[in-house]
Amino acid sequence: MKLLSMIAAAAVAVSLAPTVQAADLTGTLAKIDKSGEIVIGHRESSVPFAYLDENQKPIDYSMDLCAKIVDAVSAELGKPLNVKYVPVNPKTRIALMANGTIDLECGSTTNNLTRQQQVEYLPVTFVTGTKLMVRKGSGITSVKDLAGKAVALAQGTTNERAVKAAAESMNIDFKVLPVRDHAEGMLSLETDRVDAYATDHILLYGLMSKSKNPDQFEVVGDFLSFDPYALMVRRDDSAFELIGKKTLAAVFRSGEIDAIYDKWFKPLGVPQTDLLKAAFKLGALPE
Amino acid sequence: MTDFDFGVIWTSLPFLWEGLQLSLWLTFLAVIGGIVLGTLLTLARLSGILPLALIAAGYVNLIRSVPLILVIFWFYFLVPLVLGRPVGSFYSALIAFVLFEAAYYSEIMRAGIQSVAKGQKFAGQSTGLGYWQIQRHIILPQAFRNMIPILVTQGIILFQDTSLVFVVSLRDFMTTSSIVARTEGRLVEMYVFAALVYFVICFTGSVLVKRMRDRMAT
Amino acid sequence: MNYNWNWSVLVTEPYLDWLISGFYWTISVALVAWIFAFSIGCLVGIGRTLPNKFIAGACTCYVELFRNVPLLVQMFLWYFAMPEALPEEWGRWVKRDMPNPEFVTAVIALSLYTASRVAEQVRAGIEAVPKGLAAAAKAHGHGVAQTYRYILLPISLRMVVPPMTSEFLTVFKNSSLALTIGLLELTAQSQQIAEYTFRGFEAFTAATVIYVLIALVATVAM
Repeated sequence: MKLLSMIAAAAVAVSLAPTVQAADLTGTLAKIDKSGEIVIGHRESSVPFAYLDENQKPIDYSMDLCAKIVDAVSAELGKPLNVKYVPVNPKTRIALMANGTIDLECGSTTNNLTRQQQVEYLPVTFVTGTKLMVRKGSGITSVKDLAGKAVALAQGTTNERAVKAAAESMNIDFKVLPVRDHAEGMLSLETDRVDAYATDHILLYGLMSKSKNPDQFEVVGDFLSFDPYALMVRRDDSAFELIGKKTLAAVFRSGEIDAIYDKWFKPLGVPQTDLLKAAFKLGALPE
Repeated sequence: MTDFDFGVIWTSLPFLWEGLQLSLWLTFLAVIGGIVLGTLLTLARLSGILPLALIAAGYVNLIRSVPLILVIFWFYFLVPLVLGRPVGSFYSALIAFVLFEAAYYSEIMRAGIQSVAKGQKFAGQSTGLGYWQIQRHIILPQAFRNMIPILVTQGIILFQDTSLVFVVSLRDFMTTSSIVARTEGRLVEMYVFAALVYFVICFTGSVLVKRMRDRMAT
Repeated sequence: MNYNWNWSVLVTEPYLDWLISGFYWTISVALVAWIFAFSIGCLVGIGRTLPNKFIAGACTCYVELFRNVPLLVQMFLWYFAMPEALPEEWGRWVKRDMPNPEFVTAVIALSLYTASRVAEQVRAGIEAVPKGLAAAAKAHGHGVAQTYRYILLPISLRMVVPPMTSEFLTVFKNSSLALTIGLLELTAQSQQIAEYTFRGFEAFTAATVIYVLIALVATVAM
């Protein structure tokens, strides 16, 4: 049994812990050093940031960046680390980071100030905003056409609030179907349960590309929100945060980011925007 | 989506099997933990020590009036905050199930223990045995024997309940089936298959319980 | 552990409204489902004890089928799978034009599942009535219907009241599963409050207290 060996490993780790020189390590680093394990929270249907491949293992853009950080943490502690993956969704990710279940969140999380009361973010790795995905020929071109329609919104996302706020300001009433994650949102659009699914535009393109009939859908409307994505770490833990920042700065500086970007975004036909290029440049701090 | 494709189940079998293993393992550990904690709760309730009995009874009634999903949320999000360290999603779920099921096991056991004739307790007392000795050597063994079918039935219910870890994305059989259903767009096939697997396991279990009952009745 | 309690979020707008609306949905789903579950359960339970082999067999199949599949799976089958298996027009109606699809689906799933448990209690109640009574009724020339009406049902119904109370409470608890298909009932609302305010302890405590109160009221009412 895999779990038995996990328990055994944990028991060994705990019993060995006092002998490790853990004196000068604090917070997350100390925890990782002690357990020999780093816990990555990942999304399951945020294409192309973190989703499951055909073997149901998480892959993609954010996962690649996180792998770099794991390597850096491993180098810092001078030992190989066991990586544990914990699936998260928009409703659980912040709570699980705040309560210590995950050490690093790799997905498609918007960095905003409300959330910074609970968690901390590494430099921006993507810039997007809320748009609508609809069936072609539905006649919906923006939020104003949603009156009386059904819209799927993922609970706990910035998009949920953005669409509701936009509709409220226009005095439009529509039916909201709360969904758990992007896969469920896409599913409700595909199965014709709703007229639109609203989330960050890049995710909409990603979902469309993975759909069985990509040409049935289109992304419409103006940006309803400004969503700079970043990897999430624990709050008040500058030592761990610094390793993340250093790693990303190196990736940005060396231009390695372009290769990683192209690997995942080229198939979607989404080039780097000027804004994103600027974000990478600003993140590429000198040593 | 009207044409059905059951081939998707075949290709996802290894992934689904991992999920099923987690479901079974979780059930097994939760049954053991639930019975142990449930026994302690029952002994506390029947101990005759008033504060102890009240606390145990209060706990059982509290847990029995709250939905399991809420208990899972409590433990999944809040236990690490209380403990000050993460316990991992599997263990959070396991703790939630043990604490939740213990209340139900305790109710079953209370009924079982009370069904052992009072005369036996007096007989024990008259031979000079203390409270714990009477419980251990006379009451509990008989009560357990009477209760086995109901305990197993509760175990089957627990196995069904483990599907609720879906709400915290822990990869049990329910969650893995859902992942396949949604990523492959094969809802009908996957959920029918999931229902079938649960049915076969639970039905087999209930047939075994019935056999046990029949054998004990003779 | 240091935690700054802040109970005032629970009475702040809009969170108080969320709690009230969650409470409303929990009560609605549970009560409507209970009415159906009780009716279907009684019929099926009686059906299992009938001398007619075909009816008894069909009722047994119903109970075994609905009792041995987790409620969550049933909920998903009704919500996600059923509309896709229907002819397209009907499926579309179920998904779009049917009023309150999440509510209706939750009620259907919860009723049919609970009915199988109610049926078991009813059957056990009827079978617990001493065999001699039914035989005596038959000897007096009472038909099957009369035997049930005057002998079996009055006696057994009194016996099944305690287990029925516990099934009734279970409906309220199981109604929380409706959150998985997007119905914002009490548990879902408390989680949403936790997530908006980062006040998990307070939000979950509020939900817990409300469920306990529901249980108390329901126990007294039965």
